[in-house]
Amino acid sequence: MTDAIDTARSAAEARIAAASTVDELRALDTELLGKKSALADVKAGLGKLATVEEKKSAGQAVNEAMNAVRSALDARIAVVARAERDVQLKSETLDLTEHFVAPGRGRPHIVTQAWQRLEDVFVGMGFQVAEGPEVETDWYNFEALNMPPSHPARSMHDTFYVDHGAPGSTVLRTHTSPVQIRVMQTVEPPIYMIMPGRVFRNETADATHLAVFHQIEGLVIDKGITLADLAGTIDAFTKAFFGEGFGSRLRPSYFPFTEPSAEFDIRSPDGSWLELGGCGMVHPNVLRAGGLDPEQWSGFAFGFGIDRMAKERHDVGDLREMYTNDIRFIEQFC
Amino acid sequence: MKIVHSWLLDLAKSLPDDVDAIAETLSDIGLACESVDRVGATVSGVITARVIRTERHPDAAKVHRVFLDSGDGVEHHVWCGAFNMQSGDVIPWATPGTAMPDGRSIETKSIVGIPSEGMCCSARELGLGDDHGGILILDPDTPVGVPYGTALGLNEEVVYDLDVLRNRPDAYGHVGVARDLAARFGVPFSASDGSIKATGALKSAPVEIVAGDRCPRFTTIVLSGVRVSSSPDWMASRLAAAGMRSINNVVDVSNYVMLETNQPNHAYDFERLGGGGFRIRLAREGETMVTLDDVERVLTAADLLICDLLDRPIGLAGIMGGQNTEISGDTTVIALETAWFEPLGIMKSMQRTGLRSEAAARFERGMDPYGIDASVSRFIELLRLTCPDLVVHEGAVDARTDHLPKPAVVEVRPARVGALLGTQFSAQEIVSLIAPLGFVGALHGDTISVTVPTWRPDCALEVDIIEEVARHYGYSRLGTTVPKSTQPGGLSPIQQRRRRVREVVLGLGVSEAMPHPFLTDGDLDRAGLSNEAVRLLNPLAVGDDVLRTSLRPGLLKAVAFNESHRRNGVTLFEVGHVYPPSDDVLPSEHEVLAVVLAGHEAPAAVAVWRELASAMGWGARLDQSVVSAGLHPTRSATLSAGRDVVGVVGEVHPDVLDAYGISQRVAVLEVNLSLLLASEPKVAQWKPTSRFPSSDIDLAFTVPSSVTAEKVEKSLRQNAGTLLVDIALFDVYRADSSAESRSLAFRLRLQANDRTLTDADVAEVRDKCIAGAKKLGAQLR
Repeated sequence: MTDAIDTARSAAEARIAAASTVDELRALDTELLGKKSALADVKAGLGKLATVEEKKSAGQAVNEAMNAVRSALDARIAVVARAERDVQLKSETLDLTEHFVAPGRGRPHIVTQAWQRLEDVFVGMGFQVAEGPEVETDWYNFEALNMPPSHPARSMHDTFYVDHGAPGSTVLRTHTSPVQIRVMQTVEPPIYMIMPGRVFRNETADATHLAVFHQIEGLVIDKGITLADLAGTIDAFTKAFFGEGFGSRLRPSYFPFTEPSAEFDIRSPDGSWLELGGCGMVHPNVLRAGGLDPEQWSGFAFGFGIDRMAKERHDVGDLREMYTNDIRFIEQFC
Repeated sequence: MKIVHSWLLDLAKSLPDDVDAIAETLSDIGLACESVDRVGATVSGVITARVIRTERHPDAAKVHRVFLDSGDGVEHHVWCGAFNMQSGDVIPWATPGTAMPDGRSIETKSIVGIPSEGMCCSARELGLGDDHGGILILDPDTPVGVPYGTALGLNEEVVYDLDVLRNRPDAYGHVGVARDLAARFGVPFSASDGSIKATGALKSAPVEIVAGDRCPRFTTIVLSGVRVSSSPDWMASRLAAAGMRSINNVVDVSNYVMLETNQPNHAYDFERLGGGGFRIRLAREGETMVTLDDVERVLTAADLLICDLLDRPIGLAGIMGGQNTEISGDTTVIALETAWFEPLGIMKSMQRTGLRSEAAARFERGMDPYGIDASVSRFIELLRLTCPDLVVHEGAVDARTDHLPKPAVVEVRPARVGALLGTQFSAQEIVSLIAPLGFVGALHGDTISVTVPTWRPDCALEVDIIEEVARHYGYSRLGTTVPKSTQPGGLSPIQQRRRRVREVVLGLGVSEAMPHPFLTDGDLDRAGLSNEAVRLLNPLAVGDDVLRTSLRPGLLKAVAFNESHRRNGVTLFEVGHVYPPSDDVLPSEHEVLAVVLAGHEAPAAVAVWRELASAMGWGARLDQSVVSAGLHPTRSATLSAGRDVVGVVGEVHPDVLDAYGISQRVAVLEVNLSLLLASEPKVAQWKPTSRFPSSDIDLAFTVPSSVTAEKVEKSLRQNAGTLLVDIALFDVYRADSSAESRSLAFRLRLQANDRTLTDADVAEVRDKCIAGAKKLGAQLR
């Protein structure tokens, strides 16, 4: 009996040692330890033994043999599997710089990027965003903004007139300010709103001017709003958008739709000044045009160009470059 | 507006003689100083010298030798390339070591071994004009050996270039600027009181105002003993610094007084004035007159004329005088006209005639109706400097009509000033702040009655006075506070969805373009679209007048541009407005998203649509039965949601591609974003994911060409019922393009939430699907 066990065990161990692949070794599992294996046969024959003592010792011997074969098999599988994985890994060697075309992603227009960055800063300051039509009536673009017909300040705007309705009644908006009136007419104060959008000026484009460009305006109307609030809001925006080291100042100026009016300049950390835009306290006539009582409400408005923000940020030499739709331009930016 | 530093200091003597301080203060009080220029500066080291003789040299053909006497007893030798001087001429000589305005440094150089001591100068080399035709020859009486600037009477002037805004007509004159500066610096300023002493016999130029609304005030005064000559150097150099050429003493005084007091005036030769007086009337339609610039003007009934008493036009009122009464060298008696014209009328005449004279620009902005006397007084004072025998005659005329504006009085509430500026001012503080500007405040209980100076026509409301308070107190001293917004900031739902649309399209590898919103005549035609569009009345370029009705033409131009630069296969999108015609108050402007995929076929555009629709929760039917203008007739579809057509998808028509010079296929998607963004998408609701295994069925059908894949898919979905978790078309096979059917292969994934599917479950679904497809004419392959 012991001989038979030893023989089967040695044979099994020899088979395991001879096998060279994981697949072969897995097949041996059944062959060497399964129901039809030599050791199983021996185990099946235990019943024929005469004494309990014999059965007990032979049974122990068979189990030991089977455990030994199991260990040998598992150990061998581990070794072979490791070797096989090593071969696989080596065979999979890649030069990761052998790339062909990068996965394509679309590039947002740099003006859209500037637009959204500005929106995000103002949203963080508690502003909502309003929009309006690009083709406007003369009333919204001029008259409601304290520029009645033949008001001299109209000559400050080179206006595109649109062949729609009565002659002179329809224009391409020269600023985003008409949206102020539309907001006042529809929203109950308090109003904390910015108005980004496309505007039009009838002037030949050059490196720093465009006939079609983008502006963003802010409008605040509430009880007790002051010129100091305007200065503080401009300053808070300056620091949020440009950075902590930046500052701002207001200089008296003239716009028909604000009184007092101001230009606002931004001071870089290097001390240089950049003229950014116009602002002022909303003119009482404009509040009235928007249906608000200037004795009850006061407010301020400010506005500046979006395109220039994109131009300065990316150091684009000529504003017109941004509108060529040349993919070689578009792809330069994230 | 050019404002001369020395002139300001003449008018307000205690202003600091500090150019930087003045320039900074000008900007701080709203008279933005764009630049500070120094004009009339002389080049040091250039002195006058007399030419002793000139000599040619056989070895130097292009230059000659000039021998100079500069009064030091030494004969100086200079090589010179200009040949316009003769012995005895006095010329400007740049001595060795002189730094020229163009950056050259004059050194002793040699030609054919003979050194040249410096250089003879042309006018241009000295910054005295454009003349570079030869050496500048000075007056023969000029002393030699003195700086040429002294010899020429040149004064260096500092000039502030101010950006004067529409609300400050008074700041077009030095007086207006000096008054503002004096107020800010707290130094005295007093304008001329306008008193005129007439000593001569009665000699009058009578005035008849016919058009009283257009000419509310017209004054005349007759001056004799005039001798036309040249102006003093200081006046000529200030005029030059302010951008005006010196002509003769009378014209120069006229201009000088305008630049100083801001009030235009006109001097007529009294002897040539028909009837010896003036008549101010509207022109007759078609009437003509020759203006000073020698142009015959055809007038309209809206132009205001100054005529003599014989009714002959002698001036286009407020704009330009006529030739017939121009003063000449032998004028000795002048009639000085100083008037106030209604601004809008002048503006319209100016626009109609295109004449933008200095006077017209001032009248158009609004002059001080009561500033005339001071300017006349100043005119006489200055003319007397060159005409010591000047006689001011009795009989000055001051014709006024009821249309002359009266000084405005504005009620100002100190509480309101504080409420708007955020700093409280007492009534007394307000009155003192604005008093130096000419505003006279009188306290009446809680309010101040402010009499506005007549040179400030912009100040008509309380806020206008509040601005003056802020301006002269200093904006920077008003402090900064931040208002507390009581509402949450944020983008509107539509704005948030628009951002999401951009993100999805960008994520699909499509870049953003921004084509021009105006199209050129013919662009819509070439895109196969209707030519019906709103047009601009005054485009920048003829034909660039079409307001787009579609984003396709702009994007197709972009594709063509990139293709012409060897960039095929660009994929671009735009989110922008279109402006189709409408009968409403405004065109039916709305927002559109368009995507073009160059080098791609129609299904690529459909895939973009499906991705967007799924991301945005949009639904729309693809209807290939309606052919959209400009699109490939057998490769395009409209997108409909309910009764609305929300867009088109497919491929651009080959004719259109030809018209735009594009040689690739272009897949296109164009949808009405205004419509699509308006509806709030349903928030996706959770469906439990099954823990049980799934089973797949692959079904390939032969389907007639008339039956769309969408229809087959819909039928399969219905028949697979609740067990279906996913369905995808994974293969299309068409034997040839003319075949009447094609093979469509779908993969369906089935799964139950509560059990493992049995073979019988799967077989049942399969049978139902096959039977359903059969009803559409699809045969299982």
